[in-house]
Amino acid sequence: MESINVNESISKNADFIEQIGVESGQPVQKCYQCGKCTAGCPLAFEMDYPPHQVIRMVQLGMKDALLKSNTIWICSSCSTCSTRCPCNVEIAHVMESLRIMAGRSGTAPAGKAKYVEVMYNALLSTVEKYGRTYEVGLVMQNNLKSGKLFNGADMGLPMFQRGKLKLMPSKVQGAAEVARIFAEVRKMEGGVK
Amino acid sequence: MRYAYFPGCSYHGTGKEYELSTHAVAKKLGMELVTIPDWSCCGATASHGKSHLLNIALPARSLAIAEGMGIGEVTTGCAACYQQLAHANIRMTENKETRDKVNKITGKEYKGTLKVKSLVEAIGLVDPEAVKAQIVKPLNGLKVASYYGCLLVRPPEITGFDDPENPMFMDNMMTLAGAEALDWAHKTECCGASLGVSNLNIAVKLIDKILKAAVERGADCMVVACPFCHLNLDYHQKSVNKQLGTTYDMPVFYFTELLGLALGISPDELGFKTHFTDTQKVLSMVG
Repeated sequence: MESINVNESISKNADFIEQIGVESGQPVQKCYQCGKCTAGCPLAFEMDYPPHQVIRMVQLGMKDALLKSNTIWICSSCSTCSTRCPCNVEIAHVMESLRIMAGRSGTAPAGKAKYVEVMYNALLSTVEKYGRTYEVGLVMQNNLKSGKLFNGADMGLPMFQRGKLKLMPSKVQGAAEVARIFAEVRKMEGGVK
Repeated sequence: MRYAYFPGCSYHGTGKEYELSTHAVAKKLGMELVTIPDWSCCGATASHGKSHLLNIALPARSLAIAEGMGIGEVTTGCAACYQQLAHANIRMTENKETRDKVNKITGKEYKGTLKVKSLVEAIGLVDPEAVKAQIVKPLNGLKVASYYGCLLVRPPEITGFDDPENPMFMDNMMTLAGAEALDWAHKTECCGASLGVSNLNIAVKLIDKILKAAVERGADCMVVACPFCHLNLDYHQKSVNKQLGTTYDMPVFYFTELLGLALGISPDELGFKTHFTDTQKVLSMVG
């Protein structure tokens, strides 16, 4: 991590610090870096910044580094950190807010973080279309967009043989109502992808 | 007991055995599950990473329909759907502004009168004596590791029916069914969830740790309460073996399958034939 001038970073990114607090609803400033969240995080080993550092970076206003980090995408929202935090900071919720903010700011995740974003979009696009998650469509779209064309290809036959692979989506009668939810949210939030 | 029932999108696909065994067990225990008409996806496990509003509005549509059924309580088997429904329910009941905003988005009026329970809680609350009286084929000698994962028990502000670090609901059910419920370390460790789709090489490391802990305690099999956990622990067991050179051969069931077996329901009716791990081993022990 490059060195930063803390006072400068905090004053320059005051809006960001406030916004994360408001959006996540979490008292981020209460964190005193005990590290319990990182100790219990099942995915810390894959993250560029472990959870306790993420919270410190929010306190210091390190917006760019955070929005570009893979941590905010690798976090599986298991909430082990949130459950154990002695300051009652729901860290998983802060991660979600950072992820949403990264999406909104158009910060493109790379590598394994990108695969997570691609999966989110693939899943939600089947929901927007059919009203329910369509597993086959999700995997196909996920592979096309991630460039991992044969990801899960060996699942197809055994799933089919067990009657677990549905070639047609299960469509909701009110699919238009579900599509409306997406449209209304986009309208209110100004362009959620 | 009567519940408005939310099947969740994997009900006829990857989570098929859960759906089958849920209905079979509910019928046996006198629980009436009335499917929410035209229910739609709750957004798991993607909308939480896209928009706070979308994440509440997607489950809110089904909550609004369920409220109109006049049943008062909603249940769902899938831990991820449960988390989504329970989370949206809390956000919409605690804050009128959120409720009004979300109702405007869905175009449906949810007043916030429902209680959301996971299927684990709903079945776990059935009078133990009444369950015991119906156990005709006790699972004697079967060592079961109950795996709860994350979304069923965390964060406690949303779930709250069981201990987030050492939950016991499924263990107690397995004990009622005559099995030996193992005290083990990885009950609530994350299996990686949808990382199994997006980054399988990461998920296998998490799945490996869970399976290892169950093997070390001498488990004959595991029970789960989530189709995603099941996909990762059952189907992806062979991915773990392939990528990490392990030799796991651990049968993984939905808790409703083993409970159903003890209640005298036939294995076929419960979905024993469509697993990826070998279920025959367990049947030969207790079948």
